[in-house]
Order: sequence, then structure tokens, then C-alpha cells
Amino acid sequence: MKVTFPHMGYMYICLKALFNYLDIEVVVPPMPSKRTLSLGTQHSPEFACLPLKINMGNFMEAYEKGADTIVMAGGVGPCRFGYYAQVQREILKDIGINMKMVVLEPPQKHISELLIKVRELTGSKSWFDVVRAIRFAFNKACAVDEVDRIVHKIRPREIETGAVDLVLAEAIKWIDEAQNKKQLDEVLKQAKNELASIEVDYSRRPIRIGIVGEIYVILEPFVNLNVEKHLGRMGVEVERSIYLSEWINDHLFMGLLKMKGNKSARELAPPYVNHFVGGHGQETIGSTVKYGKEKYDGVIQLMPFGCMPEIVAESILPTVSREIGIPTFSLILDEHSGDAGVITRLEAFVDLLARKKEINDETKDAEGAFICADI
Amino acid sequence: MRGYLGVDVGSVSTNVVLIDEQERVLETLYIRTQGQPVKAIQKGLEFIRDKISTDVEIGGLGTTGSGRHLSSVILGADSVKNEITAHAVAASKLVPGVQTVLEIGGQDSKIIILRNGVVADFAMNTVCAAGTGSFLDQQAARLNLPIEEFGPTALKSTTPVRIAGRCSVFAESDMIHKQQMGHNLSDILAGLCEAMVRNYLNNVGKGKEILGPVIFQGGVAANVGIKRAFEKSLGLEVIIPEHFNVMGAVGAAVLAKEEVTKTGTTKFKGFKVADADFKAASFECSDCPNLCEVIEMSEAEKIIARWNDKCGKWSNAVAHRKKIS
Repeated sequence: MKVTFPHMGYMYICLKALFNYLDIEVVVPPMPSKRTLSLGTQHSPEFACLPLKINMGNFMEAYEKGADTIVMAGGVGPCRFGYYAQVQREILKDIGINMKMVVLEPPQKHISELLIKVRELTGSKSWFDVVRAIRFAFNKACAVDEVDRIVHKIRPREIETGAVDLVLAEAIKWIDEAQNKKQLDEVLKQAKNELASIEVDYSRRPIRIGIVGEIYVILEPFVNLNVEKHLGRMGVEVERSIYLSEWINDHLFMGLLKMKGNKSARELAPPYVNHFVGGHGQETIGSTVKYGKEKYDGVIQLMPFGCMPEIVAESILPTVSREIGIPTFSLILDEHSGDAGVITRLEAFVDLLARKKEINDETKDAEGAFICADI
Repeated sequence: MRGYLGVDVGSVSTNVVLIDEQERVLETLYIRTQGQPVKAIQKGLEFIRDKISTDVEIGGLGTTGSGRHLSSVILGADSVKNEITAHAVAASKLVPGVQTVLEIGGQDSKIIILRNGVVADFAMNTVCAAGTGSFLDQQAARLNLPIEEFGPTALKSTTPVRIAGRCSVFAESDMIHKQQMGHNLSDILAGLCEAMVRNYLNNVGKGKEILGPVIFQGGVAANVGIKRAFEKSLGLEVIIPEHFNVMGAVGAAVLAKEEVTKTGTTKFKGFKVADADFKAASFECSDCPNLCEVIEMSEAEKIIARWNDKCGKWSNAVAHRKKIS
């Protein structure tokens, strides 16, 4: 059995670690590229949203590399994602690609439902090993997120453009290659040291933008055309509403671990959105409220073209923006690979926030108010 | 005397503007890009060089438009800004107190909301190009009507017909249908203007608070039919500034002036650029499956810039992005 899975940002690191730990052979699909997109769009329904198409491309490219089993996440609720695995399985069958598909549905009642599915893949391995493997994979997700958070802080402050991204690429490689918890701890420490040694300008007070929206397009840089990197290089400190480790905890562990999750964001959504609208619609609104309260300068919503939950959120955002007093901007992502248009819009939004901040700072200075240095 | 140049390289037109130190517009030029931005930029520069007297010294240069990075490489720019900011800056300089800017160009349309002279919100058409200048051009050509007469003809209408403006393909078939039913030309054109405005306000202006003074700029502002449709729909007077078709370039020049005040020197390479020999070449990088088509610009056989690569391997060697905040 050679297992593969779809890409979603750095998720491949966790899944690779999980399967390797259990001695299951794993085929990581090539990183999403224009070829992935072309293969995916060619074999997907035209009206499907972008993540489905990229997934399809991933599966086909993994098949070329010899994979025979797909591990795919399932879902519930109004978002189309819950139906992806079934649609993809049928398409693969139609085009003559024979692969087994194991769908990990989010547990409805108890985490054991997930473990039973995992058992399908692990065969004779003991429960003890399975739990340990999951824990190790989760540790990797946390490590990646920790590095990401530091990068968000220092990218806008780097003296030499691109310095942070060079270290980031290395750090991700080290985390990916770590074989056990001890090595992982070591490389994480090393990565943090390397990041700390990058020359940065701490006197700069960057604009702070919160990124909200649909999880796949937030986490997958190929799809969001590297917004975090572009914003960072423009001098913006970004924070995103969702991290991989939080998502795993919320959706697969049923929030068993005590860490920041989507619950806090959902609680802030009323009175704008009072109930679940599918996907991350409610979290998008809740997180926007949160960033507004935390005095961020602006919020960017990322959504795939045609995403229903995010369309609901998009239509509510102007009201939130007005009442909370935080500028928002919605970026719709689809098959376009040219980033010129996206950069133009991001630049204009950042300009808007920069001007606004300048004026606010001037009035604060004039009143002699206390200005907090944010680092 | 000291002057500042603004260059706006758009998909349809390339505009060059010269302003003086009081930010008054001295010279403007509007030419078609015709798919050859480098040539258009050089032509524009040559025009300004021939127009101005020898005592004018260029104190700074700013670029904007979709070709802003290309033109900054060629000319040496002090400020490289997106067209939204440039248009907003020009609008608030030339029409003080403006609160709403409607802008319709050849390929895109945008709305900018200003409050207290600062951009408060903006939107730009995203997935659909219906209702931009190119579509009006096409329709005028189909009706065998010079584009200059489009507006005046629409104004003659007394009962505009209703035309579907959601999609340019549907709009065209709807227009043909109405024309075959026997409606007269001016009513159809006025109907098209209203459909375009309806589409613009629904898609681009969605959810925005449009307050006066409202100004209308971009190439389509030359069309009085559209202006009247906006006024009818908004119930507000719509002002068309004198330099409506080169506002982006005016903004770029103003931004360059501000930048030079901070830095003290200009990066402008001088008018000799108009005669320099620029060559653009491209190659496909085959280091990963993205197969980026990297563009390489050289001046007198020396490579001055590369771009269009996803990973930054080629472009990073030359480009340095400035931090905004």
C-alpha cells in the first residue's frame, strides 16, 4: 500500500510523519504547480470550487508517482467540501485511475470514530503506536505553526528583503526531516535561533492585518498567490485566523486539547451571524470582530470563487466593518495564476491603512497620548 | 524651474503628465499602448522632451498602471504606486473635498471612497469585465458610430429602453433584439448607458456609501451619456475633472514629488532613455513544474531587470520592494 493525500499548505509534513511513524509507505504529491492546476481543472466539474480542482491534480500526480491509496478528509454541513471525496472517487474511476479512497470524516460523537478509520490504514499496528504516531504528527504541526508565527512578526521588519523566506524554507525542511520528538525539538530550537539572528528593524511599527476566510485558501500559498509573503514584504505584519494545529485539534480531535480554537471566534460572531452557515463563514465574521477589538489596522478575507459560506460572510462584512470600525477587503481566488492584479489590490489596501494609521498617529502625538511600542 | 513627471502605463493607453512645483498640470499626453509598452513610454518621453523649454529640470518621476514596474525599470522612478492610490491622490488634489471617485477605464473599473482627503474604501471589478470602455468601443464599432458621437447620440433619447447589463454578451444580444423590434438608436444607446451604470453600481459600488462631491474619471468619462446615467441613478451632480483621462499619471507625478521631498534626489535616468536601446527577451525556467516564463529586460546589452518568476530566483537578484509602512 502506497498512501497519498491532498496538499494543504504544510499539512504534508504532518501526514508524512504520521504514516512514516507507522511504517506505511507514503507518496507526497508534487507541490501544487501550474501543471497540478491544469490536470485538476481538466478533470473537475467547471462549477466546483478551486480546492477540489487542486486536490484532483494532486491525486493524479501522486498516482503517476505510484500511489494507490488516497487519504482524504470528509466534512459535514452546507459547504461542498463534505462531498468532495465522493465526487473525486467517481471522477478517478471514470478516467481509469484505480485508487482506494479512505475518507476521514470528522468524528460526530467520539474520537474513536476517527481512530477506526485510521485503523483501516494501519492494519496490525497497536493502538499505542497509532496514538503515538498521531501525537508526533501533531507535534510537527505545532512546530510549523510556531515558525510561521515568528515569520509573520519578523518578515515586515527584515532589513534585507527575502532573508526571512530563505530561513523559512530551510526550517520547514528540517522539521519535515525530523525523525522523532527529540530531533524535532532540536531543529525547532535551531530554526528559532536562525530566525532570531536575521537582521531586523525593531523600530518599525508595521501595519497589522488579520487574514480571515476559508481555511484551504488561507493555508495553501500556491492558491492564495502567497499573500502572506507579499504583505510581509510590503511591510505588513499578518496574523491569520486559523493555523494548521488548531484546525486539527478542532476538527479531528474534537477540541480535546486545550488550545485556542475556532470556538472563541464563533462566540464573537453574534449578533452578525447567529448560527452555523457552513465552512468557516461564522469564524470569518467572529475573527473580524476579534481583530477589530484588538486594534488591528485591517482585515483581509480570502475566499475561493463561488464559496457559499464565505459569500454569506462577505455580504455581512461591510456591516461589521462599519460598526467595529475596521477596514476590510475581500479577495476572491480562482484559477488565475497571474499575481499582478492581486498585488495591485493588496498594495492599494495597505496604502489605505498606512495613510489612516499616519493620520491617527499624528492626532495621538498631538494629544500627547501614550503610544505603545508593539514589540 | 523644476517639473515632475507622472507615467501611467495601462492596458489600453499610456499617459504622461508634467506638473510644476505648485502641482499644476503643464503638459499631458494620451497615447495608445498598442501592446508595446516600452515603445509607448519612449514615445511619451520624447514628446515631453520636445515640448518643454530647456530651463525645466525634472525633479522626479513616478509610475503607475499595470505596467508600472516595467516603466520604473526603464525610466528610473522615485515612486511606483498602484493605480488606485494614484487616482485617489490626483482626485483629491484637483477636486478638493471629493468624497467619491468613479473610474472606468478600458479594461477595469473601480470606485474609491474618500473621507477627509484619505481613501476610506475602494473596490475594483474582479471576475468580469462587462461595462468597461472596451465594450462600449465594440458596440460603437458594431453600430458603425464613431465613439465620440456615442454620448451625444444617447443624450437625444427621451425613453431609454431597458437592456440587460449583467453580462456583456447578454447585453449585446438584448441590444440587437431591441434594435430589430424597431427602437431608435438613441434610445438603445441611452438604455445601454443606464445598464452599464446599473451594473457598475451593483457590482463595483456594492455596499458603498456614495456621497457628493462625486467625480467621474478614466477614458469613459468622455462619454456624456454615461455621465447623465450616473447623475440620474445617483441623484447627485457628477463632476468630470479637466484632466479626466490622465488622472493616474497626475497622481503618479504628485506622489513622485512627495517622495523626492523625502529623499532629496531623483532616480530618473534622464531624457536620454527615449533613445536608448531596450530589448525584452523571455525564457522558460525548467527548474520546477511551474515552468515560469521569465522576462528579461536589457539596456544596451546589459540586463537591468527580470520578472515573472514565482519563486523569485531570477527577479530577486535585481528587484527590491519598498516597505509601505
